[in-house]
Amino acid sequence: MRREPARALADYTPLFFPALMLIVFFVVPFSIMIAVSFFKRNPAGFYTPDFVFDNYARFLTAFFGSVLGFSLLLAILVAVCCVVIAFPFTYLLTKRSRAVQTLWLVGLLSVLSLSEVIIGFAWSTLFSRTAGITNLFVAIGLMKEPVALLPSFWAVLTGMVYQALPYTILVLYPALVRLDPTLLEAARTLGASPVRAFFNVVTPALRNTIVATLIMVFVFALGSYLLPQILGRPSNWTLSVLITDQAIYQSNMPFAAAMAVFLVLISLALVGLTLLVGRKENAL
Amino acid sequence: MTEIMKTMLSRRSMLGAGIAAAGVLAMPAILRAQEKSLKVGVYGGYFKKSFDEHIFPEFTKATGITVESVAEPTGEAWLVQLEQAAKAGQAPADLSMMSQTSTLKGQSTELWQPLDSAKFKHYGDLLPQFINKYPDGRVAGIGAVAWYITLVTNTNVYKEAPKSWDALWDTANADKLGLLALASNSFLLEVTAKTFMGGTNALDTDEGIDKAFAKLAEVKPNVRLWYRDEAQFEQALKSGEIPMGQYYHDVTGLAAKDGQPVRSTFPKEGGIQDSGNWVLSRASKKVDEAHAFIDYMSQPAVQGLMSRKVGTAPTLKREVLDLKPEEFAAVSSDIAPIIPRYDLYVSKADAINQKWTELIVG
Repeated sequence: MRREPARALADYTPLFFPALMLIVFFVVPFSIMIAVSFFKRNPAGFYTPDFVFDNYARFLTAFFGSVLGFSLLLAILVAVCCVVIAFPFTYLLTKRSRAVQTLWLVGLLSVLSLSEVIIGFAWSTLFSRTAGITNLFVAIGLMKEPVALLPSFWAVLTGMVYQALPYTILVLYPALVRLDPTLLEAARTLGASPVRAFFNVVTPALRNTIVATLIMVFVFALGSYLLPQILGRPSNWTLSVLITDQAIYQSNMPFAAAMAVFLVLISLALVGLTLLVGRKENAL
Repeated sequence: MTEIMKTMLSRRSMLGAGIAAAGVLAMPAILRAQEKSLKVGVYGGYFKKSFDEHIFPEFTKATGITVESVAEPTGEAWLVQLEQAAKAGQAPADLSMMSQTSTLKGQSTELWQPLDSAKFKHYGDLLPQFINKYPDGRVAGIGAVAWYITLVTNTNVYKEAPKSWDALWDTANADKLGLLALASNSFLLEVTAKTFMGGTNALDTDEGIDKAFAKLAEVKPNVRLWYRDEAQFEQALKSGEIPMGQYYHDVTGLAAKDGQPVRSTFPKEGGIQDSGNWVLSRASKKVDEAHAFIDYMSQPAVQGLMSRKVGTAPTLKREVLDLKPEEFAAVSSDIAPIIPRYDLYVSKADAINQKWTELIVG
């Protein structure tokens, strides 16, 4: 079917509703945030409309730079871990019978119904010294005495990967289900082992899906602010934690907005860079 | 335990109260011309519920003034709402419960109507920290509710109660403490100054603040958890996972009564006393009713009722109260409290916050 070029205004009507939603729920709030980030902070109240760069200037220090760097690294690590775990898992899942697949997907969807708070407290119990999994290791003789596994960077990473994994699988699933089975059959006929076929045929064929999934999980993980607080030390706190502190506890909306704008810009830049690199490689 | 958690979460986190406040504000006030009434803003959740149940009906019975209670949102949102409404000549509430820091911020714009201390029978019995004055001496606010943050320990891990806040600095307690995560709610600078620098006056100068920060940095290796969410620490304290820290005296006492292995200790330097004031918006016309309300609330009998039913520390001198020793000990102590330097969180808020964040995160 050939797509007809739009001729009359009426042909654009299907676009109006999404455009309106995008404006109301994204463009307007984001513009307000940008505007507030230039407002003047008034320590005795909230803020006064103005156009100052103080809020950005305060952010441009080695301290906030390192917090931003940590947040980005953490989000990248979460994205990589999720995809590394989820991709082979989803691939194997699509090889199972319909009933088994449904069961797994329902299970994964039910994990999504857990709130971040519940996930955080559940992991903090599992990682605790008094009631955690190390007691189990002691019981079976793997460890001498129970230890606390939190607060630590690894606890934060585990919690965040746990939270993002169902999303990752649900995003990868449609692409893997639709993957042309003849590709694999051809590889096998030509003598490739299943493992080799997976890495040399399936993975490259789904490159764009994998990149898109990485970006989605990265953005998802970047906004996390509860799990780093519950499972990590202050040095594991993300920029989102400090934004919350400024907005809610210090009533410093302009500074919080400036930090948020910075975070959005940096992540947009990283996403753009990833796409650009991907396109160049594809062109070769 | 769930009851305590609910209490704590709703009393001091108070999230969502903003929505409740908006709902209440949207409702038309039911006013009858001949009936005297007063709109009183109280922290949403636990405080509003207790006041609606135990305090307001008694006040109406005693004075004939009906009270419409308004749930206040947390933080400074309510201060900003009052300020903006006052500019338009409106008062979403006549009287409000206001944190000490917000009271000071409201002073800078003359948001609070000066109160006439002659109209309060027990004005002379109020503890000095519960009278908030403008720089020129006019009364801006009168203490409404107060509570203590003390040194708490798990009794299974610490057989003996610690005697001083310096236990936080003890290297034997490495990785064992749970402390509040913000300068302006943990008041640890004040604790440092009182314990090691002779008193909170040491924080008058920037050098003094820097010295307190340097001393406080020594505590960092002992801290396992810097908490914002009270339930997080309370759970860890009960299980012994994090056996020492700072926490609310009244709630710890309730947990101990429930048989949990926890205790709250007033260190010899004193517990930290945080509080809120009653303040009257300058846009309010209910000046007489507001004075009657504060007068009623500042009676020894009502302060006793509050201590028993709401769990707040009394704002009056101990001699005039009818509290039994164990009732008094459940909410307060005879040891002079550490009173936070609220002025610092107004005049040097951003500088202190920045140093604090760099201290604990860096």
